[in-house]
Amino acid sequence: MNADRTKQLYQELILDHNRNPRNFKELTPHSHHADGHNPLCGDRLTVYLRVSDAGIIEEVSFLGDGCAISKASASMMTAAVKGKSLAEADTLFTEFHDMSMGRLDPVKDAHHLGKLTVFAGVRDLPARVKCATLSWHTLHAAMRGETVTSTE
Amino acid sequence: MLLTTPDTATIRKDFPILNRVVNGHNLAYLDNAASSQMPQAVIDAYIEYHRGYHANVHRGVHTLSQEATDAYESARDAVMAFVGAACREEIVFTTGTTDAINLVASSWGGSFLKDGDRILVTNMEHHANIVPWFRLADSMAIRLEVIPITDTGEIDMDAYARLLPGAKLVAVNHVSNALGTVNPIAEIVRMAKAAGAATMVDGAQAVPHMAVDVQDLGCDFYAFSTHKMCGPTGFGVLYGRKALLETMPPYRSGGDMILSVSFDRIVYNKVPYLFEAGTPPIAQGIQTAAAIRYLTGIGMDVIAEIERNLLEYATGVLSEIDGLRIIGTAPHKAAVISFVLDGIHPHDVGTILDEDGIAVRTGHHCAEPVMRRFGIPATTRASFAFYNTTGEIDRLAASIRRTIRLLR
Repeated sequence: MNADRTKQLYQELILDHNRNPRNFKELTPHSHHADGHNPLCGDRLTVYLRVSDAGIIEEVSFLGDGCAISKASASMMTAAVKGKSLAEADTLFTEFHDMSMGRLDPVKDAHHLGKLTVFAGVRDLPARVKCATLSWHTLHAAMRGETVTSTE
Repeated sequence: MLLTTPDTATIRKDFPILNRVVNGHNLAYLDNAASSQMPQAVIDAYIEYHRGYHANVHRGVHTLSQEATDAYESARDAVMAFVGAACREEIVFTTGTTDAINLVASSWGGSFLKDGDRILVTNMEHHANIVPWFRLADSMAIRLEVIPITDTGEIDMDAYARLLPGAKLVAVNHVSNALGTVNPIAEIVRMAKAAGAATMVDGAQAVPHMAVDVQDLGCDFYAFSTHKMCGPTGFGVLYGRKALLETMPPYRSGGDMILSVSFDRIVYNKVPYLFEAGTPPIAQGIQTAAAIRYLTGIGMDVIAEIERNLLEYATGVLSEIDGLRIIGTAPHKAAVISFVLDGIHPHDVGTILDEDGIAVRTGHHCAEPVMRRFGIPATTRASFAFYNTTGEIDRLAASIRRTIRLLR
């Protein structure tokens, strides 16, 4: 069962985003950015946003270093929120966070997560939840105009 | 190989937890530097105390209290003999290494150091032997200076000799938890003494793995934790030279550390009780005596020999893996291998190894300055005990190879 769990978390989609992260660059110019830090493992990343006057995320990118889970999650986060409104991105943040904490069941509950459900396996690995959510916390901070955030 | 070495299969029968299945695999417990496992005899000591003579110590006249006191105090004699202290007064019971170092920083440091003094710590210390000194330095205008380490993870002895004149204290670990390096403590202490500096040795990673004699080492203070030596958590030891302990003020205060109390005057107890306020972890003290009986039953020299063989085998097997770099390559090491894999984060390694039933530590090992020294955020650390097998090391290597295949 648990060998399956590894396969469940380290699926090809995550492995691919880890090897070839999308939107992995600094965004210039940008309207929002925030630095995220997970002091438990030392992971740091920066999320950049270019938000239109109408509140649409036109461009999004990230830079940083971390484990496969945090890198793939950041990469897939940028792909998921690009073109979305701030309100829609905020909903995705809440849903992703709830799924990682085991409060949202991607099979039974309604959600907008799409491919992001590939990270559902982290709910069984409490030590790794913050790896998956760091980029989302950082996005959330950037959208609120905060420049620094921490998982602790 | 010593002919007297008991075979590992026999030893493993003493540790019930080694029968555990984790994620569908037999547990391979390679996180002994974090905490070692407990043999049945040490588990039994806990149960026997609570079933048979649970009572407070040092204050009752009834039978149970006397039995508890005798068992608890016999642990002090066992520890004294185990580390070669000159007398039982030199053995102070604490809640662990961290508590022991805090005791020295607060009591000795607080009363014998003054503004302008210098403390030396090495670049390879665990946070427990940094933060208490940092806080003391911060509160008193004392300078904290760092003894550098080399690329192999050894103390730069020339730099140490240059920094030493005028220093009041040298804080150093006997064995590095992050690198495995065994430091030349007797030499470090000899140099410190000649320069008039006191010595605080963190022995948490040494006492479980080799015969330690504090009088041979010559240090002023030596601290260790029992949960790394087949004993319980929440218990540890501060060895201090008696003459020095007797000059130090109390640490925490309350019951047991006094002889008499009135609102006009307090008469303090003698060492070591002066430093042991309140009801101690009694069961844990009794278990510590059992752990020492167990370890000495096998023999610390035999344990060191078994672990030396495991280290040699593991170093060979892991060195063959492409893209694996061992951090800490000193010639004299305890059975600890810290490593990094090209392009793969240690947390991914830890998770995938766990799926194969292999327990290792990943992260900075509470030694961030070591990680910074080697320019890495974290390592994966496999640390061995005398009950580990070469078969478990083969499984470790296979699982690392699987991790590489998966993530590259």
